[in-house]
Amino acid sequence: MSQRAQVLLWGAQRISAMVLALCVVVHLLTIIYAVRSGLSATEILGRTQGSVMWFAFYTLFVIAVAVHAPIGLRTILSETCGWRGRGLDVLTGVIGLSLAMWGMRAVVGVFGAGTA
Amino acid sequence: METLQVRIWRGTEQGDFQDFEVPRQESQTVLDVVTYVQRKCDSTLSYRFACRVGVCGSCAMTVNGVSRWTCRTHVSKVAADNKLEIAPLRNLPVIKDLVTDMREFFDKWARARGRFTGSTTRKDPLARISPESKERKRVAAGIECIGCGVCYSACDVVSWNKDYLGPAALNRAWTLINDVRDTARAERLAAVAGDAGCHACHTHISCTERCPMRLSPTAGIAGLKRAVLAATLSGEI
Repeated sequence: MSQRAQVLLWGAQRISAMVLALCVVVHLLTIIYAVRSGLSATEILGRTQGSVMWFAFYTLFVIAVAVHAPIGLRTILSETCGWRGRGLDVLTGVIGLSLAMWGMRAVVGVFGAGTA
Repeated sequence: METLQVRIWRGTEQGDFQDFEVPRQESQTVLDVVTYVQRKCDSTLSYRFACRVGVCGSCAMTVNGVSRWTCRTHVSKVAADNKLEIAPLRNLPVIKDLVTDMREFFDKWARARGRFTGSTTRKDPLARISPESKERKRVAAGIECIGCGVCYSACDVVSWNKDYLGPAALNRAWTLINDVRDTARAERLAAVAGDAGCHACHTHISCTERCPMRLSPTAGIAGLKRAVLAATLSGEI
């Protein structure tokens, strides 16, 4: 990986961390509120499905996770196992794409229009 | 009189601790202890020292798990229960006993481009730099490094990433980045960028905590991260 790419990855890690800090706080506050108002799937989906604002918020959350986690994982695997090179980059890139895909599935399921 | 139970590393990376008994004395330093062992107990013990007054950095070792200058470490400060464990500095190859091979430490200094590159000659007038300028203050905060290796030994990332340039090399690069007379800024920023450079630092701050000169390589590395990102985005490097 080129030096320029390594520096930009570091920059993306920092920025996604800032986004995640905000998203996590909002998410935790929302969970605490939601738990009080009824925990069954029907009750929760009744509140979340069709909400454009929350759909947008959680899409941002998923993107931030899909950026932040693989970059961090790449460093951790490199430091813990001594891995370097193309194989590591491809593996963590695939993990990032998977997180984005599964995350968006969840966002669509929870905040998309319901299957009424 | 009290006696210290002292364990000292013998051998190379393969080896073991050897036990000695050393009479405890007032105002005794750990270097005094090592010296006593070598003179009175086992003359085959190898160790480094020079000034023995805390200005040269040669006597750096690991004392009870912590990297420090042994001539500046009073036994009374570290020997709880009269026990001392003395080992060579971490993260460096061991030549023998308490002596480490410092070559990779200085090689990384060179790789970080830790040397000044100027544009004037001895015939030109001296550069005029105010000590109050913000750049010079940054240089002043980091310039007193004497290359003792304690920070390198204390750094977790150096242990985990063999390519990592390390706190001392990066600190020196930072002082040169802020030296307005230096002409190799772009090359130096490129030298300290990336996975083996400043971006590998996780801000554990062990270097700053342990530096006997009270420097903060952590602060310098944070500055390098900002400078490198800015230079990358602007296309300078």
